[in-house]
Amino acid sequence: MNPNNYLILAAILFTIGAYGVLVRRNAIIVFMSVELMLNAANLAFVAAARNTGTLDGLVVAFFVMVVAAAEVVVGLAIIVTIFRTRRSASIDEASLMKY
Amino acid sequence: MNGESVVFWVSGTFAVVGALGMVASKKAVHSALWVAFAMINIAVLYFSLEAPFLGVTQIIVYTGAVMMLFLFVLMIVGVDASDSFLETIKGQRLLAAMFAFAFGGLLVASIATTLASPSAGLAITNAGYGGHLQGLARLIFGTYLFSFEALSALLITAAVGAMVLAHNERWTPRKTQDQLQRERTMGNHVTPLPAPGVLARSNSVDTPALLPDGSTSMESLPNAFRGEGQVSKPESIEEAGK
Repeated sequence: MNPNNYLILAAILFTIGAYGVLVRRNAIIVFMSVELMLNAANLAFVAAARNTGTLDGLVVAFFVMVVAAAEVVVGLAIIVTIFRTRRSASIDEASLMKY
Repeated sequence: MNGESVVFWVSGTFAVVGALGMVASKKAVHSALWVAFAMINIAVLYFSLEAPFLGVTQIIVYTGAVMMLFLFVLMIVGVDASDSFLETIKGQRLLAAMFAFAFGGLLVASIATTLASPSAGLAITNAGYGGHLQGLARLIFGTYLFSFEALSALLITAAVGAMVLAHNERWTPRKTQDQLQRERTMGNHVTPLPAPGVLARSNSVDTPALLPDGSTSMESLPNAFRGEGQVSKPESIEEAGK
């Protein structure tokens, strides 16, 4: 099988994630789209690691996972905080920097 | 067609279907489940890419921890969190679709036109380290040790940050025993609040109780379910009560 297929799949997933970020307005769904983009990048890393026969790509993908976990924790805490003051998770309503 | 191709085409298709379902589904909970589905399929691809450690990590960290965290937050924010598909910026969806199409086309075309050398595989590398996990450990705790240490600092910072952000100041003073007792005996609700409906058709916390006149009682629901569109089909329950 052509090893580029994995990279093409990663590109497609990344594009769908980018489209989700642009179109959706629920902050949580936007966030999930970002996670999907990170996953797509990870897939590309893992595929590249196997193509070149090195383990470095796997380690990078592993580090990306850890960073993504930290990012999710803080991001969701921010969403909950915004929801508490605004009673809404729509990113259109969070247009002011305060209140 | 060898086994790897079969796994790739099946799991790859499922992953794309999950991603599309995430973008297309109206309710945030459905989106979360679609993403979890896509992530499990990506984990399967990791297994077929000779990365079993990452595949297991993907399932544990992403579908196990991250997506469940998403679901917890969805419960806090309210399951109704359904997105309105109304455009606030005119032509935004069309522009976004064009952008995505152009971007994806560019990426796919540029990848597809590059020459692919046959995959080197990880067997030789793994053998050089004395095993797959041994190799990963060698890199994580050797070559990339400083990144690893920085990551641990990042994780601690994130945990503290989440605690600071999610911490809730008490806005009103705590009710005294005296006040509670007065509310109980002289407030609007001397009796306990009504329990959710236990009806022939449904029996769950999002089913409002039926009042004697056939209308539904919102007081019987937990706060999280009192919003618009939360209750499981109030009309049908009302009709059933008549």
